[in-house]
Amino acid sequence: MLVNSQEKYAELDKVIAANKGQGGAVMRTLQAAQDIFGHVPMDVQIKIAEGLDSTLAEVYGVATFYSQFALEPAGEYRIGVCLGTACYVKGSKDVLEKVCQVLDTQVGKTSKDGLFTIKDTRCLGACGLAPVMMINDDVYGRLVPDDIPGILDKYRH
Amino acid sequence: MSDVTLKIDGVSVTVPAGTTVLEAAKIAGIRIPTLCYMKDVNEIGACRMCLVETGGRAPAAACVMPVEALPRNRATGEINVKTNTPLLRSIRKTNLELLLSNHDKKCLSCPRNTNCELQQLCREYGVEDENRFAGSMTKAVVDTSSLAIVRNNAKCILCRRCSAVCEKVQKVGVIGPIMRGMATQISTPWGMALADTGCINCGQCVAACPTGALSEKDDTDKVWAALADPTKHVVVQSAPAVRAALGEEFGLPIGTSVTGKLAASLRRLGFDKVFDTDFAADLTIMEEATELVGRVKDGGVLPMITSCSPGWIKFCETYYPEFIPNLSSCKSPHEMEGAVIKSYYAEKAGIDPASIVVVSVMPCTAKKYEAARPELGHDGLADVDVVITTRELARMIKQAGIDFTRLPDERFDEMLGDYSGAAVIFGVTGGVMEAALRTAYEVITGDKLAKLEFTDVRGFEGVKEASYNLNGLELKVAVANSTGAASQLLDAVKAGEKSYTFIEIMGCPGGCVNGGGQPIVSPTVREDVDVKGLRAKALYDEDAALSVRKSHELPAITKLYDEYFGKPNSHKAHELLHTTYTARKKYN
Repeated sequence: MLVNSQEKYAELDKVIAANKGQGGAVMRTLQAAQDIFGHVPMDVQIKIAEGLDSTLAEVYGVATFYSQFALEPAGEYRIGVCLGTACYVKGSKDVLEKVCQVLDTQVGKTSKDGLFTIKDTRCLGACGLAPVMMINDDVYGRLVPDDIPGILDKYRH
Repeated sequence: MSDVTLKIDGVSVTVPAGTTVLEAAKIAGIRIPTLCYMKDVNEIGACRMCLVETGGRAPAAACVMPVEALPRNRATGEINVKTNTPLLRSIRKTNLELLLSNHDKKCLSCPRNTNCELQQLCREYGVEDENRFAGSMTKAVVDTSSLAIVRNNAKCILCRRCSAVCEKVQKVGVIGPIMRGMATQISTPWGMALADTGCINCGQCVAACPTGALSEKDDTDKVWAALADPTKHVVVQSAPAVRAALGEEFGLPIGTSVTGKLAASLRRLGFDKVFDTDFAADLTIMEEATELVGRVKDGGVLPMITSCSPGWIKFCETYYPEFIPNLSSCKSPHEMEGAVIKSYYAEKAGIDPASIVVVSVMPCTAKKYEAARPELGHDGLADVDVVITTRELARMIKQAGIDFTRLPDERFDEMLGDYSGAAVIFGVTGGVMEAALRTAYEVITGDKLAKLEFTDVRGFEGVKEASYNLNGLELKVAVANSTGAASQLLDAVKAGEKSYTFIEIMGCPGGCVNGGGQPIVSPTVREDVDVKGLRAKALYDEDAALSVRKSHELPAITKLYDEYFGKPNSHKAHELLHTTYTARKKYN
């Protein structure tokens, strides 16, 4: 992982040069940029658009179509509340709403303290524990909305 | 490629492989309804209105289904397509009801009421309950930041015709689909205000929109207010292309010239003076041809590029700023007319320029942005105060209860309302070039032209080229229409593959006759009717019928120079008729 931002942009330039003129260039370059920067902010998207002779509208369209792309830097902790069928019928939507409310942010966004990012999540394969939430690699099951504030507090330094 | 024979609703038709079912049906004389489809520009099968039964598992979208991919009947080997069955009618109706579930349905107050493709299809398919499905209503974005264009996503059906035109035809690409599923919207990148993007205000997206999701910024209130103000002297001018299309708003056939009725209707609306931008088009030729000759003789920057089209100008400033020194310093004709109205005319008529309101009727949305440029004015007064499009003028005429088609044919007011045939053809691609050539040829050679028509620069090809010899002076010219074609041309110039003396660029495909402010004609009609060609013909016919067809021979022009400017490109002319340009960022 490159730390120096100059190196990151140099790496992006290489990826753009390699993909220019190829089919699906925008998609592939965005993927590489996401790996390099961890997210694809506006200046990176503008660089991609200009470098590939595309438009920012197209690059932004692709970046918002696929949930794998993040427009903002991700927080230290990624929260995924499962919205698969089993979790959903067991009330995971209420759990998710509670998470959003406690962190005062939305799905796909990062809390203001930069600590938590709420991800769009489908079945985590732990239906027996429904409703399920993951924070990085920790799994929490059989949740009710009132459990949420206490769980989140554990991650606050 | 081999031919394929198929039957569509029982009609047998043979077409080359690669033809779509939609195109084959057209050949067979069968109309399949479409909504998102725009030939060659947007063929994506998104709206599902053109579904047909093929004998296959499910109905297929005719606009993207190649005939060779259709299933054949196992027993007979035939291909049978049905375009109008109870199932299809029911699917199309349901599709429309689903589109309406995410649409604001405020037809009565919509600028496209009675000229909306969604409304028309709902009528055709007998949609009885516009509220059959209660949609979640995607959060609507209403963007009024632009001086030219209003975006209202509450009326958007996500057909993508606007973004396809913006990106593919105009090579601008400032709007496009974002997000997915129910959250999908047509948006600027990062939800920027349209005014903060590299939008060139050409309005081709408005012309492409089937509904009222995109419309011109309505400035008719400003005109009504000025007309009602007794302290204001309200002067109107209208561009060449307006007369070739305004009649369509009143049910006249496409291509009807309504020059006389246009002048009459403006007079009846109560304007104090009814002038014509055509006069300033002749003035533009005098200034521009002189500038060109000067650049050629004095080793100035070449190729010189025309500056009449404000969509093109903002495109140049934003995407090709390296060509700014190539732009003619001439203001666009209506700005020149405004400047002359507030100086020469004001002096002659003894009117305080500050009390004059200049209204321009334009085929163009970009003129609204242009008129607000701070550099286009004098002594703290803007050259032009309000710009309305051809469509807005039609609305005003209707509001005033004027029976347009029964108006007598009248003339524009004298002094700044006379014009030559060369001015009339400004409204079509190649027209400015032809008008300039008529004058440049005679001024440089001293000979009379035997034939006034320069047919090489006529027609609707994206880029046209020609070469003329004017007494040993080799004049290589090119004409581009649409900013997409312009970028192709400029790339070739930049790469050194092409070199020219003089280039005409119009921002819209076909030039002003097909401008973003003109009456809207659906892509379905455009497939059958050559809209650009018919409107252009109206202008070429008027040119041919006029006795004066060269700008430098128009008595009113000679008089203006004798009495006021001295000669073309004089100090005074530079002060009032010329301008400067600014390199702009794509995103602010």
